[in-house]
Amino acid sequence: MLRNRIIKAALVTTSLLALAACGGGQPNNSDSVTLHRGNNAEPLSLDPHRASGTWENNIIGDMFVGLFTEDASGSPIPGMAESWEVAEDGLTWTFTLREALWSDGEPVTASDFVFSLRRISDPQTGAQYVSLLFPIEGIAAASRGEISPDQIGVRAIDDRTLEISLENPAPYLPGLLTHYTAFPMPQHVVEQYGDEWVRPENIQSNGAFRLSDWRTNNYVHLVRNENFFDNSNVCLDEVFFYPTVDNSAASRRVRNGELDLNMEFPGQQLDFLMREIPEYVRVHPFMGTIYFSLNTQLEQFEDAQVRNALGMAIDRTFIAEQILQAGQPPAYSMVPPGVANYPGGVAASWSNIPVEQRRETAREILEAAGYGPDNPLRFEYTYRATGDNPRIAPVVQNDWSSIAEWVIPELIVNDTQIHYDNLRASDFQVADGGWIADYNDPYNFLFLAEFRSVPMNYSRYNNPEYDALVTAANQELDLAARGQMMAQAEQMMIDDMPIIPIVFYVNKNLVSPRVTGWVDNVVNIHRSRYICFNDVEAAE
Amino acid sequence: MFSFVLRRLLVAIPTLIVITALAFFMMKVAPGGPFDLERPMPDEIRERLLERYGMDQPVWKQYLDYMVNLAQGDLGPSLKFHDKDVAELIGEGFPVSIMIGSLAMLLAVFVGTLLGAIAALRQNKSSDYAVMGFAMIGVSIPPLVMGPILALVLGLYMNLLPTGGLNFNRYGLSVLVLPVITLALPQIAIIARLMRASMIEVIRSNYIRTARAKGLSAPAVMVRHALRSAVLPLVSYLGPASAAVISGSLVIERVFQLPGMGAYFVDAALQRDYTLVMGVVVVYASLIIFLNLLADLLYSVLNPRVKFDS
Repeated sequence: MLRNRIIKAALVTTSLLALAACGGGQPNNSDSVTLHRGNNAEPLSLDPHRASGTWENNIIGDMFVGLFTEDASGSPIPGMAESWEVAEDGLTWTFTLREALWSDGEPVTASDFVFSLRRISDPQTGAQYVSLLFPIEGIAAASRGEISPDQIGVRAIDDRTLEISLENPAPYLPGLLTHYTAFPMPQHVVEQYGDEWVRPENIQSNGAFRLSDWRTNNYVHLVRNENFFDNSNVCLDEVFFYPTVDNSAASRRVRNGELDLNMEFPGQQLDFLMREIPEYVRVHPFMGTIYFSLNTQLEQFEDAQVRNALGMAIDRTFIAEQILQAGQPPAYSMVPPGVANYPGGVAASWSNIPVEQRRETAREILEAAGYGPDNPLRFEYTYRATGDNPRIAPVVQNDWSSIAEWVIPELIVNDTQIHYDNLRASDFQVADGGWIADYNDPYNFLFLAEFRSVPMNYSRYNNPEYDALVTAANQELDLAARGQMMAQAEQMMIDDMPIIPIVFYVNKNLVSPRVTGWVDNVVNIHRSRYICFNDVEAAE
Repeated sequence: MFSFVLRRLLVAIPTLIVITALAFFMMKVAPGGPFDLERPMPDEIRERLLERYGMDQPVWKQYLDYMVNLAQGDLGPSLKFHDKDVAELIGEGFPVSIMIGSLAMLLAVFVGTLLGAIAALRQNKSSDYAVMGFAMIGVSIPPLVMGPILALVLGLYMNLLPTGGLNFNRYGLSVLVLPVITLALPQIAIIARLMRASMIEVIRSNYIRTARAKGLSAPAVMVRHALRSAVLPLVSYLGPASAAVISGSLVIERVFQLPGMGAYFVDAALQRDYTLVMGVVVVYASLIIFLNLLADLLYSVLNPRVKFDS
């Protein structure tokens, strides 16, 4: 009796499977132009004040437009701002807003911006990322609960005029204001629904798309916002974002035509992909740096020369070519090439010397500092258990011990959360880490070495001269002169080597040749409003 | 039988309390917390977040609060997925896991018992070796390897099936084929081996000899008498195995990019999403208790020698 049931059930299953198999591997045909984007991870939140990841930015930035937004190449262009004036002291910016509507037809007003910036300043909101807006007057104080969010330096003069006051002149403000933390929110919707405002049935947005559906770990579905100010130039009707955590699997899905693009592939597959589908592969520099922090509060790392010696010994080319394998440029500075408002040209003084010779020098430096067979240099190198880090660790261990047999690094591995917890608590000796800039400006890298940035200044680097120079650079209104000063400061910091730069990140995108309007860029921001397909364009 | 079920359900309550307590306190002992991020937040904001989630209270108080809420069916908000609460996340993921897991289990039971029975009847013949060889391969190739191979061959090279995702509107039921097969293969292998061993034992027993001596046809002996006793060991295996398969597999969900519940077992723990960890622990523990009970009941139906009322 039971057996019969089992057999029946199994028959049902197999017939179901057979039925399913007839579905085939090709997408349904439909009139609407749909983009399927592999988006690396599941968004933790679509509320601009609760989000924190680049993958969330990809979705949120398709739904909302701030005062500034990105063009197809990721550079800041006016978004909601139609025009603006900067006061002579560089501290007050007055924006005239373009006439624009939320997706429900309500107008976007200056008070939507004021509301949103007050909301993110309120500690009750729990905005983890509010520190990005600290250049705006009062936001830092409000987020610490010292003043009321109503007192921040953001004012609606009238419906279409917004005034923003700054703590210091910030010539990079347009770039900063492209970030989702500075986006406006539909005040009428947020006030009506509270924290639930971000649900598909409630949310209204002012960007090219609006949220239609969000299935956890499955997809986020956006549809065209007919009320978007530039709607006539948007090609796509629908966008699906998939949380493609396993990027090998995502690569298969791109090749199979299930995804039109995926914003990551495993570095080790570069050669293979270049052979099989070269027209899909897009590798180019990204705004991020992998670097090691040296705890300068420890006696053994007090000496800048000793720190330099450890920096010299590392064979960055080997790490880039043999371990990471995706064309990551070796890093001898903190700020990557291609960052806006920056002349570049900063590098460790020994960057051009071959690594063998550098290790000789390192040995001499360490001997001069009193290390030797009788007084070995022992230290712990802590690294994260994720990604390529476990494969880099033994390489750098070997690099350091090849200075001399009395340089004895020990490897310690940790979960990412615990790792950063230890770094902030200064509970480490040498530790790996990575930094990806939030906006395209050198200050977003250099602030990491300012003493006031502790605990994010993991190495506890404390150089008042450096801090003064960076602060002075931020007061400078002329972008070129500011860039020079920033570069001078970075050179000063790199000479002291509180951090050891290893390699710069690269973007590894797989983009179907069908996709048009995709421009490789250093911020790796590709808004769907610029994307189309060659067959769709040809049909028009 | 009713009193048996009632007794088992009553025992389940203290079991669940012990399990949740263990999970809760172990989790709190683990270093790091949900708000220790790469980019630290201002202390004021951190405090407000801790306050909002009751994490500023002593741990025993947090546990009591959690249990009181749990008793009312409230699993709490997720600490990481800010826009959703735990019940919603599990409510979205669990049905997907159940669907894929049950299909895989059904497939595995059907194919596995069939193969196992065939192997036992043709013991030490070539078909036996073929089946057992297949079973060895099934056990030894993990889904982490088998999944991508199937996706490459059936999806990419032969272009028969989509290689991932769960978009029924776009691909229909075909999205289920690869994950179900990948998930079922190791189970088919285990079930076939179990079935073969117990079937061999059964066909050597006296009552089978008696049945044959009475002149019953070979198929009747096998199907009516042998198979029924031979599946007994299988039934005790299927309880916990189904719980494991149905509650989702991290590997299958990663490889085929499915929105099931399996990923939470690992991700939530790593990210210290305390409430989500507790949520999946509660669901998983209840599922195991329930399926074990079901297996015991089924056992009694199949084996009249087992009595409940002793």
